[in-house]
Amino acid sequence: MSNAVQPRNSYLDAPYGVAAWLLTKDHKRIAILYLISITLFFAVGGMFAAGIRMELLTPRGDLWTPDLYNKLFTLHGVVMVFFFLIPSIPAVLGNFLMPIMCGAKDLAFPRINLLSWYIYLLGATVTLAAVFNGGLDTGWTFYTPYSSVSSQTSVTTAAVGVFITGFSSILTGLNFIVTVHRMRAPGLTWFRLPLFVWAIYATSLVMILGTPVIAITVLLVGAERALHLGFFDPARGGDPVLFQHLFWFYSHPAVYIMILPGMGVISELVAAMSRKQVFGYSFVAFSSLAIAILGFLVWGHHLFVSSQSIYAGLVFSIISMLVAIPSAVKTFNWTATMYKGSVSWESPTWWVVGFMGLFTIGGLTGLFLATIGLDIHLTDTYFVVAHFHYIMVGGAIMAYMGGLHFWWPKMTGKLYSEGAAKTSAVLVFVGFNLTFFPQFLLGYMGMPRRYQAYPDEFQVLNVLSSAGAGVLFLGYVLPAFYLTYSIFKGAQSPANPWGATGLEWTIASPPPTFNFDEEVIVTEPAYNYKPTREVHVG
Amino acid sequence: MSIPFPLLPPSASSVSTEVDLLYLFITAVSAFFTILVAALVVIFAIKYRRRHADEVGADIHGSLALELTWTFIPFAIAMVMFFWGADLFFRLARPPVDAMEVFVVGKQWMWKVQHPEGVREINELHVPIGRNVRITLGSEDVIHDYSIPAFRVKMDVVPGKLTTMWFKATVPGTYHLFCAEYCGTKHAGMIGQVFAMEPQAYEAWLAGGTGASSVPPAQAGEKLFSEFACITCHKGDSSGRGPILSGVYGSNVELADGRKVVADDNYIRESIMVPTAKVVKGFQPIMPPFQGVIGEEQIMQLIAYVKTLKPADGQAAR
Repeated sequence: MSNAVQPRNSYLDAPYGVAAWLLTKDHKRIAILYLISITLFFAVGGMFAAGIRMELLTPRGDLWTPDLYNKLFTLHGVVMVFFFLIPSIPAVLGNFLMPIMCGAKDLAFPRINLLSWYIYLLGATVTLAAVFNGGLDTGWTFYTPYSSVSSQTSVTTAAVGVFITGFSSILTGLNFIVTVHRMRAPGLTWFRLPLFVWAIYATSLVMILGTPVIAITVLLVGAERALHLGFFDPARGGDPVLFQHLFWFYSHPAVYIMILPGMGVISELVAAMSRKQVFGYSFVAFSSLAIAILGFLVWGHHLFVSSQSIYAGLVFSIISMLVAIPSAVKTFNWTATMYKGSVSWESPTWWVVGFMGLFTIGGLTGLFLATIGLDIHLTDTYFVVAHFHYIMVGGAIMAYMGGLHFWWPKMTGKLYSEGAAKTSAVLVFVGFNLTFFPQFLLGYMGMPRRYQAYPDEFQVLNVLSSAGAGVLFLGYVLPAFYLTYSIFKGAQSPANPWGATGLEWTIASPPPTFNFDEEVIVTEPAYNYKPTREVHVG
Repeated sequence: MSIPFPLLPPSASSVSTEVDLLYLFITAVSAFFTILVAALVVIFAIKYRRRHADEVGADIHGSLALELTWTFIPFAIAMVMFFWGADLFFRLARPPVDAMEVFVVGKQWMWKVQHPEGVREINELHVPIGRNVRITLGSEDVIHDYSIPAFRVKMDVVPGKLTTMWFKATVPGTYHLFCAEYCGTKHAGMIGQVFAMEPQAYEAWLAGGTGASSVPPAQAGEKLFSEFACITCHKGDSSGRGPILSGVYGSNVELADGRKVVADDNYIRESIMVPTAKVVKGFQPIMPPFQGVIGEEQIMQLIAYVKTLKPADGQAAR
């Protein structure tokens, strides 16, 4: 931080020192703490993925032992879902930006915000203890009775780790909800809020309503293992399918915890990069709430072949169809926002365009799986793997990367290399499609998930997929270099490098510790782009 | 130019063509919308690209007509998919009554199969083409899943209950059999082959099968019924301490608490494993539990035997 042109009172300035950071109550510093931690976990989860893709280069399971392979895909899922995806956009971008977008000095409960990060670290530490002490081989889904009776790995420790991490989500969600309700600046009515705040708000509702259920569920698995109580093991009078209901009651909504914030990011980016009001603001805002609510009513679509009642299956099938509608509405509105906009070709747009392609495919392939007669053939195959990676990686991570590039100058006060950023976006887009599109085809061919070995005729597609993973790896490693480089050598960012509206762009880059020097009074809707010169007619 | 990998698995059952049609229909819809969105995004990004650093977009806020259009059209298309999928699912979920019944038990990490004639096989399944085959599935340990992609069918094998699936093979051939639900170390090794055969070839295969174990499941069940002394209480007449089992399969049973249940596979399984779970009206909860005493194969044999107990003339009204 030797660059002298930074504003003197930025949040990155004094107090310096490890203690000042580790005991900070500043939402922006806590966001940076999360950014560093989730980046490390993304790297760890990525290494597990590399192990999977290397094994699948050949049809025979000849690289790892079966037990090691099973641990690799389990830990890839656990780390990526619980320690990267769920905290990613809310805890980094949400933490940093949401109070500023509300015109507030901080979140409603700054100490609880810091506590959330420590709970997250504690949960992660306990889970990593399980990794190094026997590992975990249940799949991230922890299906019983395999997890509660059969597995010889450290399921109980991992369950405790996930249980602890849940409290971090709950506290963050609570903090965000109270902040949106109580901390908005005068004049900042609900319908003047940026859509990112709406999305974070909807996500927070899902977090506080859903997370307690997964916490209790994994605790029951731990109790069945450790104390031999009969919850899910039929030999002790339990019901193994009950676990699946409880698990997916949280874990399907958890998909929306991962993608809703990404949708919020895309709404911001589309508006800013097109310098235009988001088309159908209220439809985009309410579709977030619709997704949050409907998301709680579709868990049974994970159980179409699990022996649940066929009538329950039909109900879950039709509600799953309905959840596609608000996603479609958002996609069309984002597209329409670009119509007659002033579309910048700077790097955030590249990530947005990538998101639009990948999320559309991810959402539409959900229809295949919601169609119950077709899901019989597709469930538990690579089609499902491809589908949820299109949503979680193609959607959520693409949006996260877009948001990180868009707000990086605000967060650090530095500009990165545009050329490198565009290269990274292209590499990720191409690498992602090469990795995961072949998996749709493998899935329809019938290749089951979580297979270390597979019939020879699946090899070509698997090799393509592994090659794509290599390209994807480059696409993700590149930003680590140019973003880090920008911190030390990047040009100083102006307050508003994109010429965007929004409270965060009215303050210095990086922002001062208390965000605003004087009380904010909002007098206009979000995305109120006023022409300073004649709008071109397309 | 030929593609170096297959796009569709073999189509070898009475439903596989329709499943493929549904798949291709949704693929076509998805391709249309993906191309539509991608084309609009690219066209707008090029046509409306920023030409001056300080220009802004047009002052457009939205359109109710457009919102309703792109709410209703996806809804209508999704409903077409739902009803088509639901119709197909109903047929897949309900085995025809005339189906031949094959018993399959999954355990870490193998499939044990028994045919109605008593022939057994492991990790293989021989079936005749042109005939409805109903598979009754049980698990001895964790959840497995019996998946035959060429037939487009799949069903979880859940410990603590029996599940069923059915198919009618149409094309002779050898097809993949996978365990599709993760079940531990050798999950990827819990695979096998399905042989769909001409009926005569199937009969020949049955005749040449492993003779030693060729006791039909119902006969094996009858033997178990006397070995475990079930016959002591479940007598052929009303003098027994347990309910009469003749004609009970598929009937409505009234329980002590007033509920009525259908005596299907899982009812009989539960009544053997945990007899106190559902006590028949008029009887005492005195039967000992067989949970942990007998395995899934024996349960299947006992059920097969109970199915053969037709109502005697005198009790036809039951």
